[in-house]
Amino acid sequence: MTRTTIDLWVGFFVALGLAALLFLALKVGNLAAASAGETYTIQAKFDNIGGLKVRAPVKSAGVVVGRVSEIRFDPESYQAVVKMQLDTRYRFPRDTFVTINTSGLLGEQYIGLDAGGDTDMLKSGDVVKKTQSAVVLEKLISQFMFNKAAEDSGGSGKK
Amino acid sequence: MVSRFLQTLGNMVTKRIFRLGFAARFFVAIFLQSGTAFRRLNLTLREIYFSGVLSLIIILVSGLFVGMVLGLQGYDTLQRYGSTEALGILVALSLVRELGPVVAALLFASRAGSAITAEIGLMKATEQLSAMEMMAVNPIARVVAPRFWGGVVSMPLLAALFSAMGILGGYLVGVQLIGVDEGSFWSQMQASVDFQKDILNGVIKSFVFGIIVSWVAVFEGYDADPTAEGVSRATTRTVVTSSLAILAADFILTAFMFTGA
Repeated sequence: MTRTTIDLWVGFFVALGLAALLFLALKVGNLAAASAGETYTIQAKFDNIGGLKVRAPVKSAGVVVGRVSEIRFDPESYQAVVKMQLDTRYRFPRDTFVTINTSGLLGEQYIGLDAGGDTDMLKSGDVVKKTQSAVVLEKLISQFMFNKAAEDSGGSGKK
Repeated sequence: MVSRFLQTLGNMVTKRIFRLGFAARFFVAIFLQSGTAFRRLNLTLREIYFSGVLSLIIILVSGLFVGMVLGLQGYDTLQRYGSTEALGILVALSLVRELGPVVAALLFASRAGSAITAEIGLMKATEQLSAMEMMAVNPIARVVAPRFWGGVVSMPLLAALFSAMGILGGYLVGVQLIGVDEGSFWSQMQASVDFQKDILNGVIKSFVFGIIVSWVAVFEGYDADPTAEGVSRATTRTVVTSSLAILAADFILTAFMFTGA
């Protein structure tokens, strides 16, 4: 086989391999959507973030408007500080309510934004005051069991 | 009786350790002699052709079928929990993180690794390597290094092609044949597959597997007994050793890459 034919086949092979990588990055990993557009950063403090992860989606009305960029622990307030990068196309009032939700019963956790009625909008670096922590299933169940037990013991006392 | 057994065992272990030392020295020698492989690029291109381009068919067809099987099995399991829309995530993550790099590397070891060992082993048996040394041509620079780098370059590209074909296979079975919602299939996949954590780590894995397979293949060929039987045994050893090394390395790499937060 001549050298030119080998060059042609190797070139074809490398192009095909790179195309496959590009397909994986853009179509499967959605890299284009992840890095597109200007963003601004806001912060929120939570008592408990549950299983929230960096790069989890930030949604408003079910639409992805940003991503979680950093999660750290604040040793002064003993709370979790979550930094979010929001798309500059979407502006939210200062009294926006930030919650940690779960998609489905056992799905991944994401941040939900419920817009308030303030006329001032959130700016880059702002800290959101109104937050609601993640629901921890174990806590919820133990609370339910405790209430149930208290109810039962109260009931038998009346008898 | 016992002392003879212990002596045999000791000899075997010592021989293995000597061989491991020689393999490590050989690995360093390949790197030191790699200048020729890069200066005379046509040598490396020829090896990319033999180990990469000629392995394309087996990689593409296997990738398609593995993806199709994943689509079928994934659908069967997911429908019990009423979450067939998660089929895209299941197919993509299985392929990009594990099956793509690992199965492509196992196929590469069987198809290209064995061929490299047989070629170098035959060169040794027919004293072509000695003839090169007589002519002051370093066989590691002229024969081994281009084959090594040809394998290292080919492997990540083949693994990417395997994963891409597998995802297409999963799409064909899941969406076109069974009728999973196309929008859910792609959007769930895109929401869950992370470029850096999943795709890039998969590429790093396949690069490491490329080094392992190519190293084992060229070493076994170079170290083969210069007889027909010796070459055949070296070829078998290449497939066995590199397959086991791939699986062990996969465990270690997975432990590093995908555990923790």
